[in-house]
Amino acid sequence: MAILVDERTRVVVSGITGREGRFHALRNRAYGTQVVAGVTPGKAGQDVEGVPVFDTIADAVAETGANTSLIFVPARFATEAIYEAADSELPLVVCITEGIPVRDMARVASYLRGKPSTLIGPNCPGVISPGRSNVGIIPGEICAPGRVGLVSRSGTLTYQIVHELTQRGIGQSTCVGMGGDPVHGIGFIEALELFEQDPETGLVVMIGEIGGDDEERAATFIRDHVSKPVVGYIAGFTAPPGKRMGHAGAIITGSSGTAQAKAEALETAGVKVGRTPTEVAELVEASLP
Amino acid sequence: MDLFEHQGKELFARHGIPIPRGIVCESAEAARAATETLGGMSVVKVQVQVGGRGKGGGVVLADSPEEAEAAASAMLAGGFKGLRVTRVLVEERLSIAREFYAAMLLDRSTGTDLAMVAIEGGVDIEQLARTRPETIRRLHVDPEIGLHPYHLRRLTGSFPPEARDLVEDVLAGLYDVLTGEDATLVEVNPLVLLSDGRVLALDAKVTIDDNALWRRREIEMLKSSFPIDPVEFRAREAGLQYVKLDGEVGIIGNGAGLVMSTLDLVQQAGAAAANFLDIGGGASAESMATSLEVILSDPSVRAVLVNIFGGITRCDVVAEGMLEALGRVTPEVPIVVRLDGTNAEEGRRILERANHPRIVSAPTMLEAAQRAAELATGRAASWPRREGQRSGDSGR
Repeated sequence: MAILVDERTRVVVSGITGREGRFHALRNRAYGTQVVAGVTPGKAGQDVEGVPVFDTIADAVAETGANTSLIFVPARFATEAIYEAADSELPLVVCITEGIPVRDMARVASYLRGKPSTLIGPNCPGVISPGRSNVGIIPGEICAPGRVGLVSRSGTLTYQIVHELTQRGIGQSTCVGMGGDPVHGIGFIEALELFEQDPETGLVVMIGEIGGDDEERAATFIRDHVSKPVVGYIAGFTAPPGKRMGHAGAIITGSSGTAQAKAEALETAGVKVGRTPTEVAELVEASLP
Repeated sequence: MDLFEHQGKELFARHGIPIPRGIVCESAEAARAATETLGGMSVVKVQVQVGGRGKGGGVVLADSPEEAEAAASAMLAGGFKGLRVTRVLVEERLSIAREFYAAMLLDRSTGTDLAMVAIEGGVDIEQLARTRPETIRRLHVDPEIGLHPYHLRRLTGSFPPEARDLVEDVLAGLYDVLTGEDATLVEVNPLVLLSDGRVLALDAKVTIDDNALWRRREIEMLKSSFPIDPVEFRAREAGLQYVKLDGEVGIIGNGAGLVMSTLDLVQQAGAAAANFLDIGGGASAESMATSLEVILSDPSVRAVLVNIFGGITRCDVVAEGMLEALGRVTPEVPIVVRLDGTNAEEGRRILERANHPRIVSAPTMLEAAQRAAELATGRAASWPRREGQRSGDSGR
């Protein structure tokens, strides 16, 4: 089963003729993902190594039966691609693009409320169900099929932890990179809810970082609604307050959003929190039912 | 991007929010002259991108031009909380009847705008929220409908009747700044009612969304007014995400989460990071070379730790970039390198072949952090070891 993406996932890539879009669309296809269409306005009729290109997502859906949007277009145009995918009623929209103004994302979030589309991202590495489907930029070769569900705010830190798991022979059901932006689509809670319902997932790893209160709210949700074991990791214990650490999500303001507070909230909810990525893998190994 | 107070106030004024008369001064003499212009008395306010100015001596009431000159001189020479100070704001003295608090921000947990007001101002709002929560009113404003008069009436309901209309005007102006200038936070503490009945923004804290600066060119140009560390400047020019910190291990990594995690590991190993540096996704050899040069130019760095997990970033490109930098500068400190992910084998081979005396390879992130901490502090890392864990790194 896995969550969000599997063998039935049919991907339409917005921005497929760009450098990044082309590279990753083909990489996803080589992994075994059904990449059925691309969209670049004005380039309908062309193809990218056999993937047909359309002017609009609606055309792509009508012709190819795509059910998942993967977005690589530049930040200034990325929200339009999200709206377009939502208006075509695609159940899943994965936006890799980074640098979208937060106010634009607030409008997107508001528009998507009550709509059937689930958004992952923006500013995220995407989602992979190892051995089945890879939609985004997570390197497929570091993953292995298995029973650990993983959800993360970070990109490369996710790779680090997945790598440590795989090296110990622990595979993953699905890895979800929710992205580091302050306003984003799917969050810890939605992913935890899906993993809780997924019979193939036996344990969930959640990787958080400083800033915001996503982890604290997830802790409450875990306490009340999650029966599967959860292992956590929080990055940014040594980040000084008020300094922006790279991406928009990673900033502590005032006394809230510290790594310490997040780790404590998770531990109170029964989550085992590792101090290093290696310890996370050790905890998973010990706790996986 | 956090604006200086005076820059925030200039934005306020453009959106119809009343502010005190004030003059930006870059010298003590200018502060003296400004105080004369303002009638012989003034408030001298240090312009920095951090809070806590009131308690920290960053706001001085000057009863004469000489006092203003002395205050400005001390601020400009001495800095504030370790930051260099290049300008002060000299403002008119006002007769204040009441102080309030007002703020609007984009609330990341709901994705909507949040307005907050309090009938007690001039204090730490987080403390107020703990001790007297009843004095604060909060209201979410959905971006789909925007700010309406009923929102304003609800926010100002507990304000003194004579101030209500004017406070509502200020709040409407703040919402304009928030939404019209791509701000993520606008805060006025205090918002004041004067003895003559006027309502003024006595302070301004404005944060602009970095991702939106491309469509706020005028605000983007303000960047050049912020004094920054020369190393930081160089990194920024090269498009790197760099933050200077206090420790001795220079850190280069790809991805904010991984770099933060690396900082944490270095500290757990008994050392401290000298910086945060994220080379970003898909980094070129050139950006890696610049990163290494930037880190090596920091005199507080005793050892460098390069931690790369290649996704879009290719480890062979990273290795080539490192060698490129080492062809230009001669490092006096060891460089611990950990490469994993895309083309890691090739990357390691490139470094092995180069056989550079300063490069120390480490097989895992954990061991790399430990080795770098040891090399930087000259003592064995006090790694909290668990039973059965593989012991130290031998380099390779």
